[in-house]
Amino acid sequence: MQQFVNLTLGGVIIGAVYAAFALALVLIWRSTRIVNFAQGAMAALTTFIALSLIEGGQSYWVGLAVALVAGLVIGAVVERVVIRPVEGGPELNAVIVTLGLFIAIQALISVLFGVNQRAFVAPFSTIGFRAGDFTLALSPNTLFTLGAVLLVMVGLIALFRFTRVGLAMRASAFGQEVARLLGVRVGRMLTLGWALAAVVGSLAGMLIAAEVTFVAPTFMDSLIVFGFVAAVLGGLDSPIGAVVGGLLLGLALSYVRGYIDDTLVGLAALVILVVVLLVRPGGLFSTTQTRRA
Amino acid sequence: MSDLQTPASSPAAGAATSEAPSTATAASNASSAQAAGGRTFLPRNTLLRHLLVLVLCAVGAVILLESTDLGFNAQIGYVAFYAIAAGGLTLLTGLNGQISLGHGALMAVGAYTTALLLDVEEPLPLIVIFLAAVALTSVVGAIVGVAAARLHGPYLAGATLALAVGLPGLALYFRSFLGGEQGLTVSSPDRPDWFVEGIRTLSGNSASGVKWIAYIAVACLLITYFLLANLMRSRVGRTWRAVRDQEVAAELAGINLGTWRVLAFLVSAAAAGLAGAVLALVVRLTAPTAFTIVLSLSLLTAIVIGGLGSLLGALIGSALLVFLPRVLRDAGESLDMDAAQAAEISYVVYGVILVLVMLFAPAGLVGSIRLAWMKQRARRAGARTGG
Repeated sequence: MQQFVNLTLGGVIIGAVYAAFALALVLIWRSTRIVNFAQGAMAALTTFIALSLIEGGQSYWVGLAVALVAGLVIGAVVERVVIRPVEGGPELNAVIVTLGLFIAIQALISVLFGVNQRAFVAPFSTIGFRAGDFTLALSPNTLFTLGAVLLVMVGLIALFRFTRVGLAMRASAFGQEVARLLGVRVGRMLTLGWALAAVVGSLAGMLIAAEVTFVAPTFMDSLIVFGFVAAVLGGLDSPIGAVVGGLLLGLALSYVRGYIDDTLVGLAALVILVVVLLVRPGGLFSTTQTRRA
Repeated sequence: MSDLQTPASSPAAGAATSEAPSTATAASNASSAQAAGGRTFLPRNTLLRHLLVLVLCAVGAVILLESTDLGFNAQIGYVAFYAIAAGGLTLLTGLNGQISLGHGALMAVGAYTTALLLDVEEPLPLIVIFLAAVALTSVVGAIVGVAAARLHGPYLAGATLALAVGLPGLALYFRSFLGGEQGLTVSSPDRPDWFVEGIRTLSGNSASGVKWIAYIAVACLLITYFLLANLMRSRVGRTWRAVRDQEVAAELAGINLGTWRVLAFLVSAAAAGLAGAVLALVVRLTAPTAFTIVLSLSLLTAIVIGGLGSLLGALIGSALLVFLPRVLRDAGESLDMDAAQAAEISYVVYGVILVLVMLFAPAGLVGSIRLAWMKQRARRAGARTGG
């Protein structure tokens, strides 16, 4: 029972991070119909930038702020410089460009910061709360993780629902031509979408680093896969779907990790992805018929 | 779904191959006889032409292997297994338009099969072991292909990426059988007497184990490329291209899209399995760390640099994968970087090249050269008819 409770708690927490990451992928997919496979590497880069500041004596919060700003800048630059030329072109070209960024950024991290693992200290205590005589997998730090993800989601919903910029972004994602005719600067909105997605990705990187307490240049490799699986679970098009997909995947993988074996988590994600794609290619909550390219 | 159409296709080149909807891939797919427009020394019959090229390449390979030292022979082995896998991948991605980031994992299947079959008292003949590795990988590839046949673009990339991340976990889970983190050491096969005798009479070099393995690797490479080249030129290859370029038209012509996509995945996986088997012999170790995402992405880099759909391009790209890191590592070490960091420079370069090729020359090296050549020919032909 205790194991089940803790696995569930752990699943929800890690699922929240997957959800944030999936949300970043969905943001980009909605606006540009591109899956950004470089998301994980970009987040790893900003996390390393933050870590080097923290190791240099700055507080965690300075590191976090710098990571988010760095994410914003990197996201905007990447969209403007390398993604813009392949937008709307053959989908394979865009995939290959993001994969090229993936390799280049990941290797750049190794060149700049070294190839070894480094310890990452969480901002809050990671000692679990005690309930009666057993320790819960819930600590001040995991509460911070959950709170941060929740804040991002509320912030994004508010942005898209209640602001003019959000409306313009939705319009450019919905129909570029129409939005352009109505005076929306579509190019800027796409850049903004990528920048915001990179900020959310950077946040997910910082949160996961604090959860696993170490970082390495490749530490986001599995997260990009899990984030993608979570996004596909939710249909790749729906932010709410991404969140639910992230939580479901987090729970499922947590049970696999706890009851079967740690090494099979990646394979379990693969099985879930394939089953979903074969049974419900539009995601668990798809309402519209999938379109054939 | 014309995935591979280059946005920069020029009208001049388009006129040169009016039957091809996609200029870039048409350029990289055009047979040498077609591209040369009849003014060629090579026979027109495809099989004869490929056989002739095969013999020429075999002679060239023997000369190369005998005129260089053992260290270089070992490197040729590396080029060979990269090139075998890249050849299979270029068939899948270039001809059939399906991307796969899971070929590293498929190579692992072939490599582990080889390692296990060699690790017994009386190992089977090498050729049987290789065929077993190819067969098993083909089965895995067909299973993956069934799932992949319904996916396209980013979905397929994500699913195969999950395969690349997930499958090595099996080697860790079945620790006692597959060696876990340390992996399996591969025992070298004995070199036969005729080989030692043959090398001595041919060049006077001593035939070491490294040389034997290099010869096996090159032989596998040549046979694979011969088979793939014939397949690409055949009815099968044309069908794959039809599936890639015009889904609806292909279906109307009675082509079952799903079946042909699964078949492409199967053939491609078979090549990856053979590449894994050669890798096991060349590297003498199969461990999960050898089959990461980076391996799959390196293969993708090789075929994109060379030009999607071109076997020559895949070979050139593979050679780059082996020789570029050495050059860059030396450069990095001269800048006082430690070896592990310097080794990563090559991956920065790969990534940047991938992006640049996609932005500026989506047809790749071989494709771009052929495209320029065809453009020039078209201009000359136009001048002739016009004047």
